[in-house]
Amino acid sequence: MAGDNVWVLGAHMTKFGRHDDKDVLDLAAIASLAALADGGVTIQDMDVIGAGSLFNAASGIGQQIQKQIGQTGIPVFNVVNACATGATAVRAVYLSIKAGEADMGLAVGVEQMGKMGLLGMGAGGSGKTEYVPSGRDGRVMPTEGLLGTFSMPGVFAQAGMQYLYENDDVDVEHFYKISEKNHAHSTLNPLSQYQKRFSLDEIKAAPMISFPNTMPMCSPNTDGAAAVVLISEERLRSMPKEVQRRAVKISASVLQTDPWVESGAALPDVNTCTRNAAKKAYEIAGVDPQDLDLVELHDCFATAELLHYDNLGLCEPGGAGKFLDEHGPYRDGKIPVNVSGGLESKGHPIAATGVAGVYEITTHLRGEAGDRQIEGAKVGLTHVIGLGSTCGIHILEKASL
Amino acid sequence: MAAQVPLVSYLVLDGAGPYLSAHVCTACGARSLERRNACPKCGSAAGFDKARLADTGVVTSFTIVQRAAPGVKAPFISATIALDGGGAVTANVVDTEPDPEHVTLGMPVTLTTFVVGTADDGAEAVAFGYAPI
Ligand SMILES: [Zn+2]
Repeated sequence: MAGDNVWVLGAHMTKFGRHDDKDVLDLAAIASLAALADGGVTIQDMDVIGAGSLFNAASGIGQQIQKQIGQTGIPVFNVVNACATGATAVRAVYLSIKAGEADMGLAVGVEQMGKMGLLGMGAGGSGKTEYVPSGRDGRVMPTEGLLGTFSMPGVFAQAGMQYLYENDDVDVEHFYKISEKNHAHSTLNPLSQYQKRFSLDEIKAAPMISFPNTMPMCSPNTDGAAAVVLISEERLRSMPKEVQRRAVKISASVLQTDPWVESGAALPDVNTCTRNAAKKAYEIAGVDPQDLDLVELHDCFATAELLHYDNLGLCEPGGAGKFLDEHGPYRDGKIPVNVSGGLESKGHPIAATGVAGVYEITTHLRGEAGDRQIEGAKVGLTHVIGLGSTCGIHILEKASL
Repeated sequence: MAAQVPLVSYLVLDGAGPYLSAHVCTACGARSLERRNACPKCGSAAGFDKARLADTGVVTSFTIVQRAAPGVKAPFISATIALDGGGAVTANVVDTEPDPEHVTLGMPVTLTTFVVGTADDGAEAVAFGYAPI
């Protein structure tokens, strides 16, 4: 029924890490089939698929996945939105159900990155023999390293440093603390790529990638997939009671891009889109940030996490450092952030990340998160940023029909 | 002297150069360094004037890249500069050591240029950066 609530019926993620013995379709199929089974349904029940794989964006990934799990002829939305690709796939399915065109759908994100280099590191400049302006800035050769950096570690390092410039009572030590926290959290998550605790001193002394981000403060390259099955509220009412009991309500699904700001062309703005998306999501869900029992946010680099405490309203404006100092985002703090270990430890298979965030929150709300369970969790938020920029936010709630 | 070409088209070398030139929306005054079809701020397609941006500004964020892509020389300082009188640009901070003792948030800087390559016909590519004042 159009306008109906949408629920998460099934969810699964593969362990994130290296899967050299599998290809990208194996990973997507494993996650998809397990998410369907988790919801007590099959591919025959699906009316739509949303699929994403950033590094296979032109390959018709959704149709390729269908050929592994069932070619039933249903529509496929192949989506790409940088690191917000997974959240976009979830939202494509959500919208199809919301519009009344589908009762159930599968969203899947997958990536195999094990043998790739650092995020966003394109090939460097080669010696050109003549200088011909090209592109919107009329460059005569590649500008990386000559006009600053647009590599991911560099851009997110600068975004974090901008927060230090604009706010008091916060310094680079806070970035190291965030990394220490997330790696500590990861030790409880068997699905995490790394489950190793690092001391603050170890984090500071690790190889520097792009100041202030050292190696453990950067998300690694990861293979992995995640999938969720969404269902309309009306259709959910006809499902068996034990299936209904584990379903989780999507209270808000929001996607926003970055509006114009003067410095946006110089340094991609990941703040305004997050603030706008958060405001909208809280309004739609009727939830206050202080109601959140846990948050999975986009810590592609430790420097990024700090910004989003503020952007998501988890702390007072300008108070991200204080929030951390007062233990707020730790798993036993006021609003636990990234109890999965975050992208820094769990890994960041780009298109899977946004779907995996929905999996993580769903698992806690079901009370099925094992050692890392946040006890009694009723409301959770998952956030991703795709540079360029896109912010995706989903607020999930434990609710009964 | 060999012919010089700017690394990017918003760096003006001739006449009163070097300086940075922005496209300014005739409707709302928003500045863009890159070429635009219409204004990214207000959507107006009425056109753009050109305006010279200030040579000086302050560092509002920076990073020191230690591990760069193949073919890119590291370490280097990448910084976003808020220019005096408006406009923002990302470039290297040069003429100082690439460590957090020598580059700081809020540091005043000024425009400088340097040659980054020579073509087969002898033309030199000229980049810009910012040096501490
Ligand atoms: Zn305008």
